[in-house]
Amino acid sequence: MFMLEKAMVGGRRYWIWVGALLAVIAVAFGFYLHQLSYGLGLTGMSRNVSWGIYIGQFTFMVGVAASAVMVVLPYYLHNQKEFARMTILGEFLAVAAVTMCMLFIMIDMGKPMRVFNVFLYPQFHSVMFWDMVSLSGYLILNITITLVTLHAEQQDVHPPRWIKPIILLSIPWAISIHTVTGFLYAGLPGRLAWRTAIMAPRFLASAFAAGPALLILLCFLLRRQTGYDVGKKAINGLAVIVTYAMVINVFFIVMEFFTAMYSRVPGLTEDFQDLYLGTVSHTSLLPWGRSSVVLMVAALVLLLVPRMRRNEKTLAVACALVFSSLWIDKGVCMVVGGFIPSPLGTITRYVPTFPEMAITLGVWAVGALMLTVFYKIALSVKIGKETSYVPAYEFAAATNAIGLQTHSSSVAFAPGSRAAAQANEGVSGKEGEEWHQ
Amino acid sequence: MRDRIWIIAGLFLFLGFVTYPVWHDLVAHTTSKPPDLVLPAHEKQCVAPASYMRTSHMKLLLEWRQSVVRGNKQKYVAFNGKVYDMSLTGTCLNCHDRQQFCVRCHDYAGVRTPYCWNCHLDPKQITRSAR
Amino acid sequence: MKITRKEFLKISGACLLGLSGKKALAVLDSPGNRRTSSPSARQVCKQLGMIVDTRKCAKAQGCTKCIEACNNAHNVPSFQNPAHQVKWIWEKPFGDLFSSYETQYLETSLKDESTPVLCNHCDNPPCVRVCPTGATWKRKEDGIVMMDWHRCIGCRYCMAACPYGARSFNWVDPRPHIETLNPNFPTRTKGVVEKCTFCSELLAKGQLPACVEACPEKALVFGDVNDPKSEIRQLLAKSYTLRRRPELGTGPNIYYLI
Repeated sequence: MFMLEKAMVGGRRYWIWVGALLAVIAVAFGFYLHQLSYGLGLTGMSRNVSWGIYIGQFTFMVGVAASAVMVVLPYYLHNQKEFARMTILGEFLAVAAVTMCMLFIMIDMGKPMRVFNVFLYPQFHSVMFWDMVSLSGYLILNITITLVTLHAEQQDVHPPRWIKPIILLSIPWAISIHTVTGFLYAGLPGRLAWRTAIMAPRFLASAFAAGPALLILLCFLLRRQTGYDVGKKAINGLAVIVTYAMVINVFFIVMEFFTAMYSRVPGLTEDFQDLYLGTVSHTSLLPWGRSSVVLMVAALVLLLVPRMRRNEKTLAVACALVFSSLWIDKGVCMVVGGFIPSPLGTITRYVPTFPEMAITLGVWAVGALMLTVFYKIALSVKIGKETSYVPAYEFAAATNAIGLQTHSSSVAFAPGSRAAAQANEGVSGKEGEEWHQ
Repeated sequence: MRDRIWIIAGLFLFLGFVTYPVWHDLVAHTTSKPPDLVLPAHEKQCVAPASYMRTSHMKLLLEWRQSVVRGNKQKYVAFNGKVYDMSLTGTCLNCHDRQQFCVRCHDYAGVRTPYCWNCHLDPKQITRSAR
Repeated sequence: MKITRKEFLKISGACLLGLSGKKALAVLDSPGNRRTSSPSARQVCKQLGMIVDTRKCAKAQGCTKCIEACNNAHNVPSFQNPAHQVKWIWEKPFGDLFSSYETQYLETSLKDESTPVLCNHCDNPPCVRVCPTGATWKRKEDGIVMMDWHRCIGCRYCMAACPYGARSFNWVDPRPHIETLNPNFPTRTKGVVEKCTFCSELLAKGQLPACVEACPEKALVFGDVNDPKSEIRQLLAKSYTLRRRPELGTGPNIYYLI
């Protein structure tokens, strides 16, 4: 049912990549075990800055997870058929991203073994409870959607009719996961930097810019590695979405900036001065805040000029700029910045420790591994269908059945292998030669 | 069936492992006996009958925890009418010695105690380490 | 399945309204909206609070008896590293506590006067509102914002929510850092959040909180703010007091007599 066997075949580059990811995960897991036994004091978090990059990365990844809706919405709701080859990639990205979110939360818990208390003793007045519910629900939704549609595609049939309402449900649900995450911050009375009505809209805007930007980059990568082309129209359509979202993003930040700096209310201005102007404190956040602004503006310039947006090289650069600037903005600046200054006016530096960064990298590696496996499966199915080759082993089975028994693998495989190799080149690039071995 | 010998050897090995608790004492000339529990010197009756405590002391402790922490009720009326403070350190460890009673039985039964002792203190341990 | 955009939006809108309407209103109005409730309800519920008389406290500058008493009574660990410090009651310069009030022309000695800081046991505590497991809650019988260290999962959402910085997290195992172990109160483990609980265990025995008992100047006045005849209410009626950040609607119950 999970078609995992498709991820078990691959060439040298595939296995080197998977091996590297597994190595990173193993090292990060070792650090996490140390964190479990020593405590969260292993990180750079403190009494004043009690949430750090773990929660920052979680916040950012919720956005990436929600971004699948940006592909699903035009395709399923508005029948924009050019996104047809991209939807499965977006949905798998959502699954990997939501899993990363949940992992980031787990590693941040002081008592991870008690996490089920959230479901055993639900507190309906807590936004965090609803965050758990919506994230879990979104994960289940997307796993269902991807499995069912991919399976149907593999069997060469239409997906069952009941999947359509579920896909349509995933659209408002994607909006909800990010709105709820925005509420986590916006509902707190004490942190003025977060207590803005446009917190959830800001999250949505950055989600719809960063997620599709990542998806575009992934599509380029996949095309180079496997030849799977989602189509120029899909890329351009998504690029337009990224552009609009980025414009709204920067617009929102300017709105926040104006409200803080024109009103001169101390709680609001201090945060902006910390992040961008550097006039108040000497936290480590200033270079981060400034780089994120510079990268955002650069990205916007590249995106707004149609010639540059349609040129794939500059588009790739622009997407990288979008993703990195928003990763800094939401993953680092927003969460950590909200804690500075503390309620008693203390400025506390937050510098993540090496184990903390290693564990974070490990979670990213888990996401990358999941995505690798998912895309391998998805593309094996899709490209398999497109080139409609006869898999070598099926051919061998067929030849055996009609009496062409032979123990020499080369003979059994040879007739099919040329065609198989050519088709397999489409599946896994240069790894097609694997079949000859 | 050239593997017959390996299969039978494996079976015997497996049987040997599985019945280890039965023949260990015979071979090592030891005798398994119940733990040597040191009972409290001054009290003969616990907050509940010993038979109940043997089976369900954890259940009682969890009820006490719920009552004290979340219900703000500290007094427990025992089956014999005596009133006790619902406190692990204050009542239970007032009579029982943790090392010579609780730990011995837990070790024998192979019970890994829950994390109670990470927070709740053993007064005898404090005086021992203070010395 | 053919469904038009309009129909889809209509159906989902209706579903959302139906499902969320009543519940959302109930949730938004939930724990501890005390000050806005009717006066009769207020008088029935007890709300414990405290006055910190900064004039009396100032007389003994450098005195930390309330802090020591609390730390001893509750096995509060002491850390050199300020990042890992655990504080139930501690002292801060007056100007830091009341930064939103105008203190720039105040004499430095007055602005820097150390003032006790602790959990405000708010009427409308945001920490309680955000806790996903109910490990912290506001007790109905006396208004104390309590902690259940058995249930806390260490998510630290309450620490983000508290506008007063009253909560601490156990970043490492606290036991090695406790100077003298008090067998009358448990320690905590690493991975849970803790704060002042108004000495609920002492109140249950009919005693006053440790800090109140320990103050040599009797600068801490403890009592039921909902009882018009209590000592704390008499003082509050007669003197000007400040509360920290009252504009946030949290309803703090620690009053600073200035």
